[in-house]
Amino acid sequence: MIETHELTKHFKSKKALVKAVDGIGLRVAAGELVALLGPNGAGKSTTLRMLTTLIPPTSGTARVAGFDVVRHQREVRQRIGYIGQGNGAGHSQRGRDELVSQGRSYGMRVADARRRAAELIDSLDLGEVADRTVSTLSGGQRRRLDIAMGLIHAPELLFLDEPSTGLDPQNRANLQEHIVDLRRRRDTTIVLTTHYLDEADSMAERVIVVDHGRIIADDPPERLKATHVGDKIILGFEHETDAAGAASRIPHKLQRYGRELRISVVGAPRLVPGILDDLRSAGVPPTSIEVTRPTLDDVFLTLTGRSLREGGAAPESADDIELVEV
Amino acid sequence: MPNLITDTTTVFSRELRPVLRNPFTVVFSMVQPLVFLALFAPLLPKVAGGGSPLQWFVPGIVVMSCLFGTSMTGSNLLYEMQTGSHERMLVTPLRRPALLVGRALKEIVPVVAQASLIVAVCIPFGFRLHLAGAVIGIVILSAFCLGLGALSYTLALASKNREWLFWTVQQTLLFPLLLLAGMLLPIENGPGWLQTLSKFNPLSYVVDAERALFNGDIWAGTTLTGTIAAAAVGALGLVVGVRAMHRSD
Repeated sequence: MIETHELTKHFKSKKALVKAVDGIGLRVAAGELVALLGPNGAGKSTTLRMLTTLIPPTSGTARVAGFDVVRHQREVRQRIGYIGQGNGAGHSQRGRDELVSQGRSYGMRVADARRRAAELIDSLDLGEVADRTVSTLSGGQRRRLDIAMGLIHAPELLFLDEPSTGLDPQNRANLQEHIVDLRRRRDTTIVLTTHYLDEADSMAERVIVVDHGRIIADDPPERLKATHVGDKIILGFEHETDAAGAASRIPHKLQRYGRELRISVVGAPRLVPGILDDLRSAGVPPTSIEVTRPTLDDVFLTLTGRSLREGGAAPESADDIELVEV
Repeated sequence: MPNLITDTTTVFSRELRPVLRNPFTVVFSMVQPLVFLALFAPLLPKVAGGGSPLQWFVPGIVVMSCLFGTSMTGSNLLYEMQTGSHERMLVTPLRRPALLVGRALKEIVPVVAQASLIVAVCIPFGFRLHLAGAVIGIVILSAFCLGLGALSYTLALASKNREWLFWTVQQTLLFPLLLLAGMLLPIENGPGWLQTLSKFNPLSYVVDAERALFNGDIWAGTTLTGTIAAAAVGALGLVVGVRAMHRSD
């Protein structure tokens, strides 16, 4: 569904060349739900903007839904849906009107566009607000309207750029539900960017970690966590000597902090009972046990040495700062 | 299968819909010209032939009113560029010229509405309507405003997220354009340099044509020069605007 080769986007700022996307090779098969994860400025949005024909690549190629994003823009546009970071619906418009216009933009007949709009209004719970001016809608309602607009032509491939940024937790959960549901019912291929770890973790089957315009990891979330971080078992003991005794018996990588042992393993939940039996029989039973599973933030920290929240990469797109396309 | 015309219709009707849903937005942009009309008209000297001074003044105010609204219309696009609606339309298969032409064509609707309203308001105060001339005048004005609207959108595309740039350029250009066209006071009595400048202002020819046409003088030479000036501005605006839309892509 998506195939890129050495996809690159450079911007020129006043002083320097910014390599927003620096040679990304990506393959996404039909039906996948993929999350591009990375801090602000990692190049996620720029990648998405190239795949959706909004900006041309500096070099490299990308085929989306079977067509080249530079040579066959219209064919690509006809087949994809895009939900950007902003609000797609004009603020002075009414939601239903915008949905119909959107359908017309894809060449649907008025009657078909109306029918489809009504269907989406219904399935996205927009019935009460669809005939109100968009500017009076809440953030969550506007976002659902954006989703509806992205789906008006039932695209086979849907791009979402930070779909839940700025929403409260309840609206985020609701939105994620709609996206997962869409995938289940229609088998739509979905590519989304996010800097929310839990979002990538709970929705995507495949997480692509992007940093400084490059892919630094690409795996299912579970495997990412296992490969790059692993779990931690933290054992507490009554005496330091117990802790030291226990440490000598445990065949895993560990660190001792006074009466506490921190053990790094893969698959902690299955290992804990065995460790516990062994320590009990050796007469050094722990007094407390804690198992922590890694988050994608830990993965990111391991991969880059930075936390996701710190950001600190290149500017995200031409809109942020005065940047000139190269 | 959609083509350039259906695409343009889609954009045009999307732009028009908020205006139809809330027609008062058109009236708002007319407030200032109507204030000018109310406060300037009483100062005008009585015309020798006994005709109402409104015959000279009203066509100018019609042009002014249309220019105010049309020159600002790019701000709508600017706003939609900031909120994300423009981006969403750029991802659809809509043809790029349609994105500009559809928007610019919509400017004709408020132009016709404003011109009719101002004329209707002035008739009770002694303004004599010459229908055929007025209709031709509005057609010429529409062509001019189509181009001006397209230029306003071009300015919006060039300004990107620098809103101040849009308003600075718009305000800096609008008033000299209006005053040099002799909209409020006749240029004929001015110094030579002012008259020369005025000759380079395409709007001067449009205003002259409007004055003649609204007084029923259809076969005057000014009608031809006004038509040429308006058509030139209309064509220039569309060409420049479509190019800008392609480039912003």
